Amino acid sequence: MATISRGTVPAPGPAAAVGPAEEPRETGPRRQSWTVRRVLLTIPLVGFAALFLYPLLWLVAASLKPASQVFDNSLVPETWRLDNYVQVWDELPLLHWIFNSVSIALLAAATVSIASSVVAFGFAYFRFPGRNILFGLVLGTMMLPGSVTMIPTYLIWKETGLLGTWVPLFGANLFGSAFYIFLQRQFYLGLPRELFEAARIDGSSYWQLFWRIAMPLSIPSFIIVFLFEFQAAWNNFQAALIYLNGESVEDFTAPLGIAYAMTKYSPTAGGQGDYQYVMVASLLVTLPMLLLFSVGQRYFVEGVATQGRKG
Amino acid sequence: MTPSTVTPRDTGTRSRSRRSTRPARTARYNRREALAGYLFISPWIVGFLVFTAGTMIYSLVISFSHYNLATNVIRPAGTSNYQELLENPKVATSLGNTLFYAVLAVPLEICFALLLAMLLNGVGRGAGFFRTVYYLPKMTPMVATASMFLLLLNGNTGAINQGLRSIGIDGPQWLVDPGWVKPSIVLMTLWGVSGTMVIFLAALKNVPRDLYEVASLDGAGPVRKFFSITLPMISGAMFFNVIILTIHAFQVFDQAYLLFWRDQNNAAPDASLFYAVYLFQEAFRQFNFGFAAAMAWLLFVILMILTFIQVRVGNRFVYYEGGR
Repeated sequence: MATISRGTVPAPGPAAAVGPAEEPRETGPRRQSWTVRRVLLTIPLVGFAALFLYPLLWLVAASLKPASQVFDNSLVPETWRLDNYVQVWDELPLLHWIFNSVSIALLAAATVSIASSVVAFGFAYFRFPGRNILFGLVLGTMMLPGSVTMIPTYLIWKETGLLGTWVPLFGANLFGSAFYIFLQRQFYLGLPRELFEAARIDGSSYWQLFWRIAMPLSIPSFIIVFLFEFQAAWNNFQAALIYLNGESVEDFTAPLGIAYAMTKYSPTAGGQGDYQYVMVASLLVTLPMLLLFSVGQRYFVEGVATQGRKG
Repeated sequence: MTPSTVTPRDTGTRSRSRRSTRPARTARYNRREALAGYLFISPWIVGFLVFTAGTMIYSLVISFSHYNLATNVIRPAGTSNYQELLENPKVATSLGNTLFYAVLAVPLEICFALLLAMLLNGVGRGAGFFRTVYYLPKMTPMVATASMFLLLLNGNTGAINQGLRSIGIDGPQWLVDPGWVKPSIVLMTLWGVSGTMVIFLAALKNVPRDLYEVASLDGAGPVRKFFSITLPMISGAMFFNVIILTIHAFQVFDQAYLLFWRDQNNAAPDASLFYAVYLFQEAFRQFNFGFAAAMAWLLFVILMILTFIQVRVGNRFVYYEGGR
């Protein structure tokens, strides 16, 4: 790779979009210094990659060790215990936790992405008094710390008798969420208005403009919203702690379940120190996210990058 | 108001609005379109009234009362909850811890994320692979991260201290020594810094390359280029990251709760009492809703003031393309 000069490199990933190939061919000494620069940059990149990967590799190794070897910190287990993966199903109600988490995450992602799209289309297409002020309010709520609304929200769910169900864990998503509204609105604003005007002249209703034109075209950003919320709901520990901690262990979500397992096996809390089971459970909760990332990486990265652009 | 008047005006305004591209401030609104617009955004309006405005006012009301969850009785408490904010030493402790953590975490996160982003931006080819690897921790659920780091940070047998020992450093008792509680959590936070990194990376890619070339011709070195071109050009992303990371740092909960407050065996109860953790305990362990609501409002006011200051300072330094 060291011999390839900048001028001949064909579009290296997304970076190429900005640095187009019309740069003049570089002369000998400059090309050389450029290669040195790349090597100098690659060394720390590899080092950091090792730092970022180590805990995950350690986790995989620890999940395959007997309890006595978890702390030997070797990345290759001395004694392989594939058995851990069988045992853990007896030790912990993992299937329940994963089922609960998947269901809640799907509900949360589906509701918030549809509701946010509807609201975003309202802000993007229609002209009505107070639109800009209201959209400013949408952006303002993004800055609101969650702990301020935490207690009254709990009381609302208590008053409606929905405590102990899944509703408190996704119910607020039915009304859309600020960042997702912002994201979808940006996308709709990029669609040519003539598209909608033409459909209006052909007799489409406003709802059809949204459902037949805007929605199908916005699938990419819709996927971003869906994946983001799926991940957020999957990871959500605090809400599960508030709303599900009093329920039986089978009703926990995966994050709450792992917190429970951390205590259950902790020697200081009277456990046997069977951390390998906690590690198996942690790995099983992480794997779906890594799988999601492997198929939807560009959506995640694009979504995060968009966050910075709203500032 | 009556439907019969709607139709003619409807067509009138639409043709007018099509003629002029000027936004709707001066144009009369098409009533049917406006109504439809309100209908489309109505889910958000309801949500805002109930779950944002409603809860905030409700929370304010509760903060001036003693709320007994068991009997559902609200007694007025005057300002006593707010007086307790001043008198209760745990409030000061938790606020101090949180402030300390934020001051430690935010600059480190910013610097580390910017460093990674600049490395990725500089290397060009192959950056995609490293970006993927760096992003994996961000995909790891916080509970899994915590359960891993609980063992990695173990003072005696943990991998981090074993690694330090191999290079001759006697690592601290991360999760036991009160002085190392915050650095432990900062370490976990830094491991998942890639979200901030991606935002910086997107900003770096938008810096016009010819700026650097012109600067090179003028004889500017890399340091000068960084401070005179890169930093001003990405100041928007910097501004956003600082504000968001500060808000997050003040609400740090999951890491602290999972590492220290899961059960009764907390080796460093004073040093690990973060504001959000104490707020949670008062609300959902003691069911002291009135006091907890007052705590929540104090946090809200603090964050408002901090964000306001950051925006004021930021406006002086942030460069917006096209001069906003």
